[in-house]
Order: sequence, then C-alpha cells, then structure tokens
Amino acid sequence: MTGLADAAVWASALTKRFASTLAVDHVDFRVEPGELFGFIGPDGAGKSTLFRLLVTLYTPDEGEARVLGLDPVKDLWRLRRKIGYMPGRFSLYPDLSVAENLSFYASVFGTTVERQMATIEPIYRQLAPFAGRRASALSGGMKQKLALCCALVHDPEILFLDEPTTGVDAVSRREFWDLLARLREGGLTIVVSTPYMDEASRCDRVALIQHGRILRIDTPDAVCAAYPLPLLGVRGVDRLGMLDAMRMHPHAESVWPFGASLHFTDRRAGADPRQLASELREWLAARNIEVEVTPIDPTIEDAFMLLMSQQERAEVAAP
Amino acid sequence: MRALRFLVWKEFLQIVRDKATLAQMLMVPIVQLLVLSNAATFSIQETSVAVVDQDRTTSSVALADRLTGGRQFSVERVTASPNEAERDLVEGRASMILHIPPRFEEELVRDRRAQVQLSLNAEEGAVAGLVGGYAQAIIADFARDRSATIRAGGMEVRPRAWFNATRNYKHYMVPAILVSLITIIGTLVTAQNVARERELGTLEQLNVTPLTKTQFIAGKLIPAWIAGLVIFAVGLAVGKLLFGIPIRGPVWVVMVGAGIYLTVALGIGLFVSTITRTQQQTMFVSFFLLMIYLLMSGMFTPIESMPSWAQMVGAATPVRHFVWVMRAVLVRGAGFETVWPMLAGLGVAGLAVLALAVRLYNKTSG
Repeated sequence: MTGLADAAVWASALTKRFASTLAVDHVDFRVEPGELFGFIGPDGAGKSTLFRLLVTLYTPDEGEARVLGLDPVKDLWRLRRKIGYMPGRFSLYPDLSVAENLSFYASVFGTTVERQMATIEPIYRQLAPFAGRRASALSGGMKQKLALCCALVHDPEILFLDEPTTGVDAVSRREFWDLLARLREGGLTIVVSTPYMDEASRCDRVALIQHGRILRIDTPDAVCAAYPLPLLGVRGVDRLGMLDAMRMHPHAESVWPFGASLHFTDRRAGADPRQLASELREWLAARNIEVEVTPIDPTIEDAFMLLMSQQERAEVAAP
Repeated sequence: MRALRFLVWKEFLQIVRDKATLAQMLMVPIVQLLVLSNAATFSIQETSVAVVDQDRTTSSVALADRLTGGRQFSVERVTASPNEAERDLVEGRASMILHIPPRFEEELVRDRRAQVQLSLNAEEGAVAGLVGGYAQAIIADFARDRSATIRAGGMEVRPRAWFNATRNYKHYMVPAILVSLITIIGTLVTAQNVARERELGTLEQLNVTPLTKTQFIAGKLIPAWIAGLVIFAVGLAVGKLLFGIPIRGPVWVVMVGAGIYLTVALGIGLFVSTITRTQQQTMFVSFFLLMIYLLMSGMFTPIESMPSWAQMVGAATPVRHFVWVMRAVLVRGAGFETVWPMLAGLGVAGLAVLALAVRLYNKTSG
C-alpha cells in the first residue's frame, strides 16, 4: 500500500454524532486515485452522513479525512472547486430547463457549458434532445443523468454520488452505471453509495457499511469469495412455511428470503454443499415441505447479510 | 460577480415560471389594493341613531333632521323615553343616542347656548371616535346657523381638515396599504425562495460549490428587492389613476424611500428563513410576524389608542416611519429636504435588520 499522500480519499477514525446517535462511527478507509469505490449499506447506515463529511457539508466530531490531499474542514473552499457532488435527493431546479440547470451550475463554478463540453459530452449527448424541457418533466433516469451532468460541469477531479440510482428503473440504473464506468476509464475517481447490492459488482472495491461502521472493505469478488460457510438456494411453493421451518434447522446459521428463493447458510463450515443440499431437502420433506435445494455461490448481499447479523450478535453480546 | 448575475437571472426565471409566485406577486397586491382601500376606510355611513327628544319643538326636530340629513346617520327611532333609546344602544339597534333635553329650544333662544348629550357605543374605540366626531361637527354646524353654542358631550368642536380637506380616507389609506404590500412581498418572496431551495435540496447542492453564502443571499435579495420596487411603482400608479390619490411631492423621493425601506422587509424575510425548514413553516411564521409588525405600526389603528408599551414598539417599527414619509410626500407635498432624516433613520434600521439576518443565516448550516 502506498502512503497516505497518494490516496484520493482517506479517513481516519472519522466520527459524526447527532445527539446520542453515532451516524458515522470511527470509520477508516482509503480510496485510490482512479478507483470506482462503492459504499454499500441499507438506508440509515450512515452513507449520506459520511458523504457530507467528505464534501465539506458537515464537520466531524472526531477523526479526520483528506480528499485530494485537502482537509474538508480547513481547505473547504479549495476543495469545493475540485469535487463534484450529487446528493441523494434529486436537487436541481424543477422549473428550469435542462440547459438552464446546466449553465446555472456551470456559472456557479465560474465556467460555461461550452468550455466543459469535452467532460460532459458522453452524458450531454443523451440529454441534448431534451435541452429545452423543464427538469420536472424528465423521467427518473434522465433526471439522474442531468444531475450527474451538473455535478461534472466544472470538470471535478473526484465525484461523490450519494445513492444516485435510488428510485430509478432497472434499465436506467444499468445505463447510469455504464456512464460511471466510462468516466472511470477517463481517469476520474468516483465514490458512490448505494443500497442495491447488485450494483456492488460494478465497483472496483466496496465498503460494506452498517450502523455507521465499516464491516469490510474489499473487491466485490473477494467479498463473495470470503463467504465462510456453505450456502444453499431453496425453492418451493410455501415460502413462509419454508422460512419458519428452516429457521428451526439445527445447523441453520441464517435463512433469508432472496428474490424467488430462500438462501440457507449452514453452520458447518467446510462440509460438502451437495451433501448438505440433499440433507436439507430430506429434512424438509420429513416435515411435509417439498422443495428444490441447490448449492449456490454467495453474492455480495449474502456476504453482507451474514456480516450484518454477525455484527448485530456481537453488539448484543458486548454492548 | 458572474455567478451572482446568473443567480439573479435564475431567480427571475423561476419567479416568472412559477405561476403561484407570479400571481402572489402581481395579482395579490393589486387585488388587495383595490379591495382593501375600498373596504378599509375610516369614513362612516348610515350609522343608526336613536333620538331622545324630550323637548319636542321645531328646534329639536331641526337638530335631529340636520344630524340625519346627510348620509352618515340614519334614525332608528325617535322617542321621549331615554330608557327606550338606551335599550336600542344595548341591543345593538343603534350606535349612538342623541339626547335633547327638555327646554332645549327655550335655552337656545334665551341664552344662545344649550346642551345635548351624545352616547356612543364605544366597543370599537376608533369607530366611536369617528362617529362622535362627525356628530359633533354636525351639531356645531347647526349651532352656527342658529348663532348659538351647543355643547355636545361637554366639548366644543371646530374641526378643520388640512391637506385632505374632503377627508377622503383613500388618500390616507392607499399609501399605507402600499407600504404593507411591499412589506409582505419583500418578506415573503425572500423567505419563500430560501425555504424552497432548502426543500428542493438545491441548497445542499449549492453549498458544495464555491458560491459563498453572501453571494447566495445577495442572489435572493436582489430579485426580491427589484420585485418589491416594481410592485410599489405599479401600486402607486394604480392609486393615482384609480383612486386619484394626490402625488404632491417628488415621486423619486418615495421611490428612494421604498428602496431603503425594502431592506427591512428583506431582512425580516431572511430572518424567517433562518428559523424555518419548509415553505409551509415559512408562510406561518412570516404571517405571524407581519401581522404584529403591521398592526403595531399604526397604519390601520391609531397609535394613540394603544397602551404605552405598544406605542413604544410602534414607534420603533420602520414601517410606521415609512408610512409617515409616504403621507408627507404624497399628501403634504414634502420634498427630500423635509424627509431625509427619516430616510436616513430607515436606512440605518434597514441595514441593521439585514445585517442581523445575514449573520444569523451564516450561522445556520445548509
């Protein structure tokens, strides 16, 4: 690992309290230049607060952070020129047109849309047909693209996107991530947060965050590969009955509903998954529940659910 | 500077596009001006009177006729019984009793002086004062014709209206209503615009740009200031054309005064925006403050009838002084040399309010 001075972002014991709540709890991480770094966690995990600390909107109660080598508390004015930030909520002017929103944000940074066209061109090309339309009349996906465009219009060195795809349809989400991938290829450092686990695989590295704490930082593949226990996918008709029954299983570590199936984690590490699968099927059949059980590869979400439940158990054990 | 220009430009675009704001800023003032200045008058009409005539002579009948001859009074009942008239007053059928005692004519002829009594329903102090004033004027008029003195309510009355000889209350009210309008517009537009940015989340977005809070505030205040002045000018024109209010002094003095005075309204607006989070809260707090502010100013109710603490508060409100400037210039024809100390005072007050609001605003995050 290189020295701190080379990091695009680093944080050390960064902490933010609201009354008695620890929104961000002694967080340590670093983001390398040119990296697409994702914070993955449920709503209320502290992602937005962490972002606001990094983009100079909040001051930390403890710890410190550097963004592009600048302190968000002391060097905020220099830093603000260099970062692009897209807040979690759509925050452009609904009564201004696409073109007006863009030129407004450009002017705020003392530049013009024309001068920055090279930076925003890939996105702007998709927006251009709607240039005269009011922002309020755009579709959700287009709104996000406009917001991204506005965040990029001053040619920032780093981009902070707080839940950019929340409330956007699946196709637009994929398009949006394609855009991020292109920007990353252009050398831009991107820090993004999302509650959607499936988006984690598009990041270079992800940090799993819960209750203001980072549970794990790694590449998406490594997070999945590090899943320590056998994982089984269970399909059947009576999902609720299956869920109740499986939670009573003597070797159940966890059972989670997962799309159309249920994911069952067996506590016996190192056991043969196929053996366990047939065992589970028979165990359920003995309870008059007919199911299909197959060993599956863990996803980020599985890894995250396991880490979360382990952390919660640890918190209960040692508050 | 360029960023500021764009801020102002953006603000105007938004004002023009938002139909609700536009209506609020253009239609509401004009409608209010038309409605209020016709409704909020101090002139009285058809006040019902109970006449207690215990004299029953030509003179007493002539006095009663004189009183009710104009449009101001109408006779509810003529009676000889004071009790009956009193009941009318208590039960609300009459607002005033004219009591002509026995031997009224005799005294009038013999001594050239006589007494009558006016009893007024003073539930509404200002109205009672007006009604009494009118009645006394008419009675005094009657006495003059008879070359006699009639003492009404123990007071001799010789009214004479200066500057507004016809006592047209529109001349008095329209300038005050104009002032209240630009106060409301300046306050609401500022407070609402800041609250809207907060609600939209654009404030958060702007907060991570190199835009300073000072620039942001200036971007909010300048459009509201210009809008206020435009509305003021339009209102003045409406007042002149529709109500024939006099503009005896130089117009530029009142315009300069409005420009200075608006800083107070903007300051209040900005202050409200620092203590509220949503547009709805902003509306409520603004109206609460504006009500107090306008009612205490003596614009609609005479300051003299307020308790002394309220009079002191009233004297401290800039709105009162600007109304004074308006009336002085428009009705009395005063020029800059007369009103400049007041304008200077307003300027100081405006800057103080604004500076305080900006300071408070800078302390709030986002």
